[in-house]
Amino acid sequence: MTFFYLAPWIVFFPVIGLLLNLIFGDWFSEKVIGTIASLASGLAFVVSALLVFSLTQHPDVVRWTLGEWIHIGTLQLDWTFRVDTLSTTMMLVVSGVGTLIHIYAIGYMHEDVRFKSDLKRFRRFFVFLNLFIAAMMILVSGDSYLMLFVGWEGVGLCSFLLIGFWYEMDTLGRPSWANSNAAKKAMIANRIGDFGFLIASFLMFWGFGSLQFDQVFQQAPAIAASNPGLITAITLFLLIGVTGKSAQIPLFVWLPDAMAGPTPVSALIHAATMVTAGVYLVTRSAALYVTVPAAQFIVALVGAVTALFAATIAVGQYDIKKVLAYSTISQLGFMVAGVGMGAFAAGMFHLVTHAFFKALLFLSAGSIILGMERGHHHLAHIHHEEKGKKKEEKSHSGAHEEVFDPGDMRNMGGLRKTMPVTFWLYLIGTLALAGIWPFAGFWSKDEILANAFSQGFTAIYWLLTIAAFFTAFYMGRQIWMVFFGEPRHEAAAHAEESPKVITVPLMVLAALSVLGGALNYPGVDTLSNWLENTVQFIKPIEFQMNVALISTGLALIAILISWFLYGRKPLKAGEIDPLKKMLGPIFTGMERKWFVDELYWAVFLDRYVDVSHFLADVIDWKFWHDWFHEKVIAGTYNWLSNIALNRYVDQLGIDAFFNGIGEWTKETASGLRRFQNGFVRSYALFVLLGVVAILGYLIFK
Amino acid sequence: MVPVTDYVALSAILFTIGALGVLIRRNPLIIFMSIELMLNAANLAIVAFTRVRIVLEGQIFVFFVMTVAAAEVAVGLALIVAIFRTKHSINIDDMNNLKG
Repeated sequence: MTFFYLAPWIVFFPVIGLLLNLIFGDWFSEKVIGTIASLASGLAFVVSALLVFSLTQHPDVVRWTLGEWIHIGTLQLDWTFRVDTLSTTMMLVVSGVGTLIHIYAIGYMHEDVRFKSDLKRFRRFFVFLNLFIAAMMILVSGDSYLMLFVGWEGVGLCSFLLIGFWYEMDTLGRPSWANSNAAKKAMIANRIGDFGFLIASFLMFWGFGSLQFDQVFQQAPAIAASNPGLITAITLFLLIGVTGKSAQIPLFVWLPDAMAGPTPVSALIHAATMVTAGVYLVTRSAALYVTVPAAQFIVALVGAVTALFAATIAVGQYDIKKVLAYSTISQLGFMVAGVGMGAFAAGMFHLVTHAFFKALLFLSAGSIILGMERGHHHLAHIHHEEKGKKKEEKSHSGAHEEVFDPGDMRNMGGLRKTMPVTFWLYLIGTLALAGIWPFAGFWSKDEILANAFSQGFTAIYWLLTIAAFFTAFYMGRQIWMVFFGEPRHEAAAHAEESPKVITVPLMVLAALSVLGGALNYPGVDTLSNWLENTVQFIKPIEFQMNVALISTGLALIAILISWFLYGRKPLKAGEIDPLKKMLGPIFTGMERKWFVDELYWAVFLDRYVDVSHFLADVIDWKFWHDWFHEKVIAGTYNWLSNIALNRYVDQLGIDAFFNGIGEWTKETASGLRRFQNGFVRSYALFVLLGVVAILGYLIFK
Repeated sequence: MVPVTDYVALSAILFTIGALGVLIRRNPLIIFMSIELMLNAANLAIVAFTRVRIVLEGQIFVFFVMTVAAAEVAVGLALIVAIFRTKHSINIDDMNNLKG
């Protein structure tokens, strides 16, 4: 029994959900809106599960064509859903994690829209979220690079919309354009990546004559032999696309800023699903990459360097979500390095487990932030009672007078007692991310490391191992800072645990984070075998005990160091980070993201602004406006109209002619009027003369 | 018998005298008389020609002309009286109201 005919419904269900909420949302309560959106995503998950079930009986790729799309000349593309083991893996992750996050978001946005005093925006959030699921499903199920690109752009749009969800304020709710600037930054950075993707697609169509996956991959070996430069160019341009969407060096700068979006967005789009699209793209294009080892190495190197680079930045961050954002970039680096090395199964494995534990971490961070917000409001309420009724109005708005950052870890501390459920969930996520046995992250990360080690990518292996060390360190630092010690802010002391609608999805994710490794235990290799049906280049890797021991050992050492620095002697309120005392300027570098943003400003953006100024002031204003329009066009026109046409043609020609006629008529008339002297006898004389003339004519003719 | 050319010549002389009188004289009464002169010059020519052609229509026509001339004089005199009443003058030089 197969269910392949259901394939289009992975897109239709979210679209139906978003249309329902879009059209009828005004009459729905928050619960109904949330339920519709979650159901839409949940049904997509059910369909995905049915597709996986169908594939277990029929492991070959199934293409389900919905209709003709583009048929121009030799470009023959249909709107086809591709159901194979790779795409269904992504579908399961997207809709599964997506559904949990939808449910979580019902609770999260309920409070978020109240803290930010805009209840109407609740519905909009779920419309966007459903739209994202639909776009992501198109991305993973597309049967051609162009259809993939449609989804690719769709998720980019949703990312933009959701980062700028609170577009008229900054992350602390103050009026500012910070959030919308973050959205623009994401859009622009992705646009650069999309440019690479597009160029790659054009080259592909030029070289292969098709954009359909199978047709491209079939020709790949032949073209690689006859025209290796072309494939290298295609793979490297695709890599630009990957660095944009998956936030790799050099285009990673947008992802930390993307934390301006609500936390469920950070979890769903900017950790679990959308940013992994690049990894999916490389895996999907495996047939191209395996033909160009040099490109593979570059991809792996970009991933590994990003992994280490972002991990060091994460160490210096104070914002709980920023740490996770850099951690995400770092982990994406792991995945990209994995798929770059040709360890496609390992990369995808890490993608899946990372989706579990990073979504868990982000959502738990969201829960912490909400708890801090609650504590802060609670605090305002206490102050309100203390101050009495006289200053009622002032203290009511007093909650917003003090700038309080609920996401700043320096305001937290001791949350273990006030938010115990979140603490345990966060701990599970942390252990999974740090790669501690037997959590999911251990298995997937280890598989990538083992690949790097056994395939002889020594540099990449060490880069990733050091990155893993930092990963464990910054996660340890976060745990100690957030949950242990004493509250450094009254809000942390009054923080409250989140409701069930928030914690239950977290528990599911936590369970997945613990057990996710079972997907691909070494020796069993469920996921590798599953993916091998689609990606034929998967080499089974033996479990490397020494690699596992080194990485786990380093992780434990890192956690120990973090305990030594942050756990042994907890940070006091207002105290400087102990690592900053030790490392000084190096820590400042980590804290300030190694000045990459400043570098980009100095190298690209300021130059861009200069060029813009040049274009605006010199080209547009001075040349185009002042010279061309004013002098050339307006001047010529004025000359023509004033001098040539007015003075010569009009005044001297037409005017003179008609004035002449008038003058002549006047002169003639004033001459003739002398005959009209009123004396009858002079008229009679003319009559007489006339008669004489006529008679004379008649007589003498 | 007097030849017809003499009649016609006389008629022409009379007509010319009449026309010049109309053009030159200032007195409306004289002008009327000059007009009569012209009419009668025409009458004379008509009568002379009818004598030669031996037809009656011209003779009858002369009577019509005389009648019209009489009526015209009556109307003309009435006009002169009316003009005199308003202008207290019948000098033809004062009557240039048609001047453009």
